[in-house]
Amino acid sequence: MSDSNPENPPDLRYHPAHDWARIEGDEATFGITWYAQDSLGEVVFFEPPELGGTIAKDHSYAEVESVKAVSEVIAPLSGEIIAVNDAAAASPQLINDDPYGEGWLVRVRLGDPAEAEALLDAAAYGELLAG
Amino acid sequence: MSPGERSAPPWGVCTETPQQREPAVTIYERSVPGRRAAAAVGSGVGETPLAELIEQRFLRSEPAALPEVSEPEIVRHYNRLSRRNFDLDSGFYPLGSCTMKHNPRLNERVAALPGHARLHPATDPALAQGALALMWRLQGALAAVTGLAEVSLQPSAGSHGELAGLLVTRAWHADRGQGELRREVLIPDTAHGTNPATVTMAGYTVVKVATDGAGGVDLADLRAKAGPSTAALMVTNPNTLGIFDPNISEITAIVRAAGGTLYYDGANLNAVMGRSRPGDMGFDIVHLNLHKSFSQPHGGGGPGAGPIAVSQRLAPYLPVPLVRRDGDRYQFELAEDRPKSIGRLRGFHGNFGVFVRAYAYILSLGGDGLRAASEDAVLNANYLLARLLAGPAGRYLPLAFGERCMHEFVLSGAAAKRELGVRTLDIAKRLLDYGFHPPTVYFPLLVEEAMMVEPTETETRETLDAFVVAIESIIAEAKQDPEILRNAPYTTPVRRLDEVAAARNPILRQGWTAG
Repeated sequence: MSDSNPENPPDLRYHPAHDWARIEGDEATFGITWYAQDSLGEVVFFEPPELGGTIAKDHSYAEVESVKAVSEVIAPLSGEIIAVNDAAAASPQLINDDPYGEGWLVRVRLGDPAEAEALLDAAAYGELLAG
Repeated sequence: MSPGERSAPPWGVCTETPQQREPAVTIYERSVPGRRAAAAVGSGVGETPLAELIEQRFLRSEPAALPEVSEPEIVRHYNRLSRRNFDLDSGFYPLGSCTMKHNPRLNERVAALPGHARLHPATDPALAQGALALMWRLQGALAAVTGLAEVSLQPSAGSHGELAGLLVTRAWHADRGQGELRREVLIPDTAHGTNPATVTMAGYTVVKVATDGAGGVDLADLRAKAGPSTAALMVTNPNTLGIFDPNISEITAIVRAAGGTLYYDGANLNAVMGRSRPGDMGFDIVHLNLHKSFSQPHGGGGPGAGPIAVSQRLAPYLPVPLVRRDGDRYQFELAEDRPKSIGRLRGFHGNFGVFVRAYAYILSLGGDGLRAASEDAVLNANYLLARLLAGPAGRYLPLAFGERCMHEFVLSGAAAKRELGVRTLDIAKRLLDYGFHPPTVYFPLLVEEAMMVEPTETETRETLDAFVVAIESIIAEAKQDPEILRNAPYTTPVRRLDEVAAARNPILRQGWTAG
């Protein structure tokens, strides 16, 4: 597990439920934030959703389980799942080790890219964490 | 730190205990062919070959693989196992939301009476009138404690009672032609994990209700979510933060007006018995954890009981059998007597031994005693909380919500993690070295680095003071060197377990290694 709180990457958009989206045109990659993985502790299972399924902004689309708890993963945006990170399902510690990189969860074709306007930028998310 | 890397304690002292040195082996691994605990003395009666007594097809072709050990080895083996366990009879066990109170020995004595312990569940009710009378009186006592109309003793655990309560809710809505409309169960985000699990088991959808700044149900969020699709609200009061919701009457009124049933999770009943009744707060259904509030040995998976009490409007749907009194006779009320019943939830009549202990507990304390127990539980928790907050825990392990508590309280280790570099888990593990069972940790989920402490009414002031001293010593250790905590425990039969490996690569069966 990475020990120090890294900067939240400025190129991502954040959902207050501690999820991030890397938006590239009408597609996006989703994952959980450094704060989320740090709060969960060591992740032992990631159950990815089905390919081709649709997910809705603000609703749960997958579960991650740590030794402490099972948590729902909230979709920052709506869309259709076009890829899931099988490597993270096989080795859930990737989610702890590299939450913004190798530990991504799903890739989505966005239903409504305008929804992204409701998400936070890195500075606003940082303020949320500082509480 | 990876749990695999265990370093020696930093002060360089050997702390390995005899228990840690001895190999952990099963009774099968102790087996030596031919070794016996006892040899039968010749009786002088002639032997008849087994095959002449039992048909060949029912006989084993090879002897059963049983451990072959001497009697002293058997005694030592199980005695050793019992000492590897931490139990309420060994020390303070403030496991939040579990009500690990002392189990009065009187209850055990009464439950062990042959008339109770040896009664066969298939005995004709006419020959078991005493047992039926006990169940009928217990039903009445639980109805009085909860302020509700009728009680079914069928459910065998709190979660089982929850399922029964939601099945009763479903039957009620279906009976009114609203079964298809009402698909959602509202649950505050402080709820026990069993609540959402029960909702799913019962075929409903969970709708989470937010917590307000004071730790209670957020009324605006509840109003927004209660409506024509609401089947029920499930609430624990006091909730898992140890907070009695001051808006409870308004909460139940909102959901009642929306057409849902009101479910009270009785897990925390130990805080309010004899002081307030869920029925008076507006609830329809209560499950009682007899093994918590009414003192039973529990925590090891042993039998519990989760009877449900319901309001008049839901009584026709209660699970059967119930016990009914006709004149001076007691009999079981079955499905034909209660045609709208959701039916049986298990074989026979429930865990009767648990009923006997609960009834003995209620009779030996009386109504005043039950109230005094709840008041002392609340007093003990507030005393412990006040003493902790007055010391360094006030800075590093502060109360998560509010200033006071009911029978339990939830501390947040967020500051300890940030400023001392130790997690709540590390503090919990170190408590084991001080001879205390750790409190519940990482629950409820809305509190960062949560530690949930429930001392119960049966602990002395000296015990509570000793726990405060332990917490303060541990914080002092963390300031000196956080590694002391991160490598704890040192004195338990096994050291820190690799929970990640256990979850990722569970070994659920051990090979057959007899001989």
